[in-house]
Amino acid sequence: MVKITLNGEQISLDADPQMPLLYAIRDIAQLTGTKFGCGMGLCGACTVHLDGQAIRSCVTPLSAAADKKITTIEGLGNTAGDKGVHPVQEAWIDHKVPQCGYCQSGQMMSAAALLATNSSPSDDEIEAAMQGNICRCGTYPRIRSAIKQAAGKAEEA
Amino acid sequence: MSVIKRLNRREFMSLTGRAGGAFAIASSFPILAMADGQKPAASEASTNHDLGVFVNINSAGDVEIICQRMEMGQGIITSTPQMIAEELCADWDRVTAVLGKADPRYGDQSTGGSNSIRTHMMHTRQMGAVARDMLEQAAAKRWSVDKSEVKAENHAVVHKASGKKLGFGELAADAAALPVPDAKTVNLKPNSEFTLIGKDVPLQGLEQIVMGEATYAQDIQLPDMLIASIERPPVVGGKTKSFDATEAKKVAGVVDVIQLKDRTIPVNVHPVSGVAVLATNTWAAIEGRKKLKVEWEHGDNAVHNSDSYKQGLVQKVNSKAKSIRVEGEDVYAHEFDPERTVEVTYTVPYHHHMSMETPAATALVTDEGAQIWSGTQSPQWGKMLVLEELGLDPKTDFGKVEFNTTLMGGAFGRKSKNDFTVEAVELSKATGKPVKVVWSREDDVKHGFYHSISANYFKAELNKDNSSDYWLQRLASPPIAWIFDNSAKFQDDLGLSLGFGDVPFDVPNMAFENAEVDTHVRTGWVRAVGNINNAFGLGSFVDELAVKAGIPTREMWMNLFGKDRKFDPRKEGFEGYTHYGQKSDEYLLDIARFKAVLNEVVEKSNAEEKLPEGHGWGISVAYSFNSYTAAASKVQVVDDKVEVLEMHTAIDCGLVITPDRVKSQMEGAMIMGLSMALQSEITVKDGAIVQNNFYDYPVSRINEVPPMYVHLMPSDKAPGGVGEPGLPPILPSLTNAIYHASGTRVRDLPVSKTMKV
Repeated sequence: MVKITLNGEQISLDADPQMPLLYAIRDIAQLTGTKFGCGMGLCGACTVHLDGQAIRSCVTPLSAAADKKITTIEGLGNTAGDKGVHPVQEAWIDHKVPQCGYCQSGQMMSAAALLATNSSPSDDEIEAAMQGNICRCGTYPRIRSAIKQAAGKAEEA
Repeated sequence: MSVIKRLNRREFMSLTGRAGGAFAIASSFPILAMADGQKPAASEASTNHDLGVFVNINSAGDVEIICQRMEMGQGIITSTPQMIAEELCADWDRVTAVLGKADPRYGDQSTGGSNSIRTHMMHTRQMGAVARDMLEQAAAKRWSVDKSEVKAENHAVVHKASGKKLGFGELAADAAALPVPDAKTVNLKPNSEFTLIGKDVPLQGLEQIVMGEATYAQDIQLPDMLIASIERPPVVGGKTKSFDATEAKKVAGVVDVIQLKDRTIPVNVHPVSGVAVLATNTWAAIEGRKKLKVEWEHGDNAVHNSDSYKQGLVQKVNSKAKSIRVEGEDVYAHEFDPERTVEVTYTVPYHHHMSMETPAATALVTDEGAQIWSGTQSPQWGKMLVLEELGLDPKTDFGKVEFNTTLMGGAFGRKSKNDFTVEAVELSKATGKPVKVVWSREDDVKHGFYHSISANYFKAELNKDNSSDYWLQRLASPPIAWIFDNSAKFQDDLGLSLGFGDVPFDVPNMAFENAEVDTHVRTGWVRAVGNINNAFGLGSFVDELAVKAGIPTREMWMNLFGKDRKFDPRKEGFEGYTHYGQKSDEYLLDIARFKAVLNEVVEKSNAEEKLPEGHGWGISVAYSFNSYTAAASKVQVVDDKVEVLEMHTAIDCGLVITPDRVKSQMEGAMIMGLSMALQSEITVKDGAIVQNNFYDYPVSRINEVPPMYVHLMPSDKAPGGVGEPGLPPILPSLTNAIYHASGTRVRDLPVSKTMKV
């Protein structure tokens, strides 16, 4: 049993501590918003927050999350903004960012982690923070615009 | 605004107990219900009424519209319901899209070839008009007036004379009791009355995706489900010689190890066999598979090495091949003036789709039949394959298989094949349990259906007007037909119709030839298919001719196009031209539209501006899937290092349904084209795919993508495709730009083989 706080709720997961956090979240906790993309930390589809930091859950063992706070896309809306929707999620809707949508949980988790530490990132800072997240559909131009919008809102707040 | 709307919609769903359409139908609660053999919760007959096959309205007036076309990111889950809602006169805010299961009542569901609108628009709109007609009939009956006295508008039916009004919800029950009218008897709106078509409506399912609530094939969960990870033979046609599962079975969570049956050549769209490790969770299946020891029998295709094979293709296109189109004099009788002639060959490697979601499918096979959940472009074809796999007769046992569909996390042609679905069926049948087959990234890269490697040869002589009178081109590329018929040695008419045999130039003497080749890997439809290499070749070659002539590339294209006219390749010697399935003359290639789209992109991008040294613009234009697209790219080259600065696409795809989704497809196609041109490549050694994952099949990342612009041309012409046409002109626009910036002509892709990217 490994105890973690998942989206604000303390739970015990009956899983091998060596199991990548991704599969503990998806198969054991049955939250499927976090996606598998590469299994090597190359594409960012599996990005979640560990104590607020963006990490690749496919290469992070469950043991590393023991007694720590994990936030997934399902819980992101409760970490900032109101109405249960994070400013990044609002911006993603406004800019109609997703195409297939599969990588977007990871994209938004990376973007939210960036904005949590840097409320007005430059273009270079956005690229540096987001280049670990691949989108094969090609939504990058809208991701850039959406992050700028979300940053603007974060500034106002 | 959008967030408020979202909450209202959710509130509604929770109040009525209705699931939220496609996305919820695929979510865990209804799936569990279905797994118990029940119907999904959405069918509460007391409040919901079917008006024809596609439209369901409840007594509160909330409309569900089936999207029978599959969603892979192209946005059809919005555009198809949008067309139906247009004819229905429905309020879009009250419409929820539902992804259709495999069902012959929907007509063809095979979602590929950029077909959903250009081929299915009229039929789809008729389904909305049928439902509207039923609502109008019901209102007329209620008021005891003639149907001509009533009219549907804005989610209600109005009595024109009195202004009396009945909402769709009030009419739904009566309307559903009426016979469904023949689709041919209902009128469609004239374009001038459109209120939804051509408008950017809120996208269906967007909020579920953004909130992490959307369900993809990888996300299916069933009680007692096993997860399967499969080790497959590395060479096409290979077989399992022997395997040792002792260590694999010791891994905690591993339940079983099963050898999949051997499959024969032609490979068709069948699984490739192998050994499956089944476990109670994904990680245990992966760990168990690592401990598996398998020996393969590689078979005949182990002789294949893509580097030497490509040299072989280049040799083939250097000599006369099978003629497929001849115009005017015999070009072989002509003595080409070397001073005025360009003769070159372009090569493009194998490519892989690399969708972010790797293939996945779930099957539950019982004595009674099977339930399937798959993320596929071809649910009906998939269902036939499942019936075949289970030895069921489609005529008598058709209803025994329920084929449910999910969103696809990208597809680009890969998921038109249901090999992964059949794997799940084979394993569920063997274990008697629900089985989800999940592919690793390496499985996806190594067991794809690849864009064919190719060599495109061109030879043309410039005339005194800087056009050409003598033109010869040849193609050598393993045909997709080979997977279905392993005696296929040539590109078939379908393959030759993708930007090769349909070159619409006003050149009096032309010859087009097709070379004989052997095929050794699974070839398949990758976004834009043969147009990728054919447009790369043609777009590069016209640029080379322009350089030779010393004129701007746009002028070269205009000279070759000649006068505005309609162009029919069948009348120019290519009798087998398949024209993307279009029979109607309204779709004939229109030279004026080629020119307009090229002019648009040059003017909007300013691609003919003078640039400092080391900078260059490149342009190209292409026709594919009944749409016209042109691209302009600007690059900087310093010390052989390429940096892309700006990209533009102009598209004329005829009538547009959802403008924003056309733009998003063009953006995506620019980025996919950028990846293909600059850095992606699949190679084969001893019959096995060399690449593994994103580290050796790199695709563009956000820091590699320049600002990009889409110029959508207004048109009331018959609709063309959108998903694929953005891609073909991108590759030559980039390599042409590199030439104009640096003087280096890249004829062998990707660019990363000769320059730094």
